[in-house]
Amino acid sequence: MRINLDFGAILERWPAFLSGAILTLELAVIATVFGTVIGVLGAIARRSDNPVATRVAALYVETIRNTPLLVQIFLVYFGLASLGVKFPAFTVAAAALTINVGAYTTEIIRAGFDAVPKGQLEAAEGLALSRWQIYWHVVMLPAIEKVYPALTSQFVLLMLASSVTSQISAEELTAVANYIQSDTYRAFETYILVAIAYVVLSLVMRAGFWALGLALFPRRRRLGTPL
Amino acid sequence: MGGSLNANHLSFLAHGALWTVGLSLIALIGGGLAGFVVALARISPVRAVRILAAGYVQLVQGTPLLVIMFLTFFGLPPLGITVSPLAAASVSLTIYVAAYLGEIWRGCIESVPRQQWEAAEGLALSRTQRMAKVILPQAIRIATPPTVGFMVQIIKNTSLASVVGFVELARAGQIINNALFEPFLIYVIVAVVYFALCYPISRLSRVLEAQRGRGRARLSVETA
Repeated sequence: MRINLDFGAILERWPAFLSGAILTLELAVIATVFGTVIGVLGAIARRSDNPVATRVAALYVETIRNTPLLVQIFLVYFGLASLGVKFPAFTVAAAALTINVGAYTTEIIRAGFDAVPKGQLEAAEGLALSRWQIYWHVVMLPAIEKVYPALTSQFVLLMLASSVTSQISAEELTAVANYIQSDTYRAFETYILVAIAYVVLSLVMRAGFWALGLALFPRRRRLGTPL
Repeated sequence: MGGSLNANHLSFLAHGALWTVGLSLIALIGGGLAGFVVALARISPVRAVRILAAGYVQLVQGTPLLVIMFLTFFGLPPLGITVSPLAAASVSLTIYVAAYLGEIWRGCIESVPRQQWEAAEGLALSRTQRMAKVILPQAIRIATPPTVGFMVQIIKNTSLASVVGFVELARAGQIINNALFEPFLIYVIVAVVYFALCYPISRLSRVLEAQRGRGRARLSVETA
């Protein structure tokens, strides 16, 4: 067996890889931002006194967490198409990823809410804080600070999972790789390079979240200890 | 082209669902065995082994499973190694699951209280005896809920075997959809079958988690 590797032909295509990687990051950022919004709303719904809101949120979380992302993407893609609405693949991909990560974020943030000690709430009431002040300063912010590491891991996993959107021809990194390997017949080299690119992207995201954490949570910055 | 969903289609889907279960079991067993080695290597007394295992975990956890699938299925043949879709899917899932289970189990082994390690050492047990007779039996109890929870991830991830043409549930749905073009109906059915496979396991993992919490609370009262 003679193994003959040639990365030159692949590296020549670096602009295509770069634009794919940028699209992957864009998908990740969009889904992270909107997924966080859904997660916060979902967690509030899960903990509310309204039984309908609780049920709907639970149904959403369980459905998403117990079905594969690939099937969810097909459902959103073909579901929208069968309604007669034609969206670009990127929009569909971003929507499907947001719906997906929103369910995981809901569970994580809910766990953060549950971890707020009862004594803190009583203390806040004793200090005559208003309902909204309590919700924001005593429940929401400390809860998110507490689950921040879990959230960031989830978002990095989401960035990796966005590779699945290549199946509905969103032009992100994996789709670019598929195209280049079929063009150059250098499948091994292409996918090795793309794997390395994903490792680099996940390191970039981790570094970004670390810096964001320092900016968002001054306590951590000043005292150097997690909550 | 055309036609409507009939019993043949449903039996094709059921066949696909069986392969989803089969592939999940292959991934669980293969990934479990390899993951056990990864977990032990991560806490090995030999520095080089620890670094190697950590590198493996970092690399696999930073790469999408889809790319691993493409790498084994499309990447190996040009190097002279031909692989069937089933082999490519099994190998990829094993590589992937090993990294995650290895990391989960390392955490479980390390969360066995320090004193247990010290007591085992004080009883002059060898490193192997200490592992096999003191640490692992306790670690297995700690590891059960997260491992059951991870099985849900495995089942969902087998859907990616469809990209290399292996006919499991998701691929079976795609094939039927290509004939009937009823995407919404077919993918809802596929999603429901995945849900039926995954939801009981999710519930089980939560029940086990709650039981363990109770068991630990009781234990801490007894020893207090």
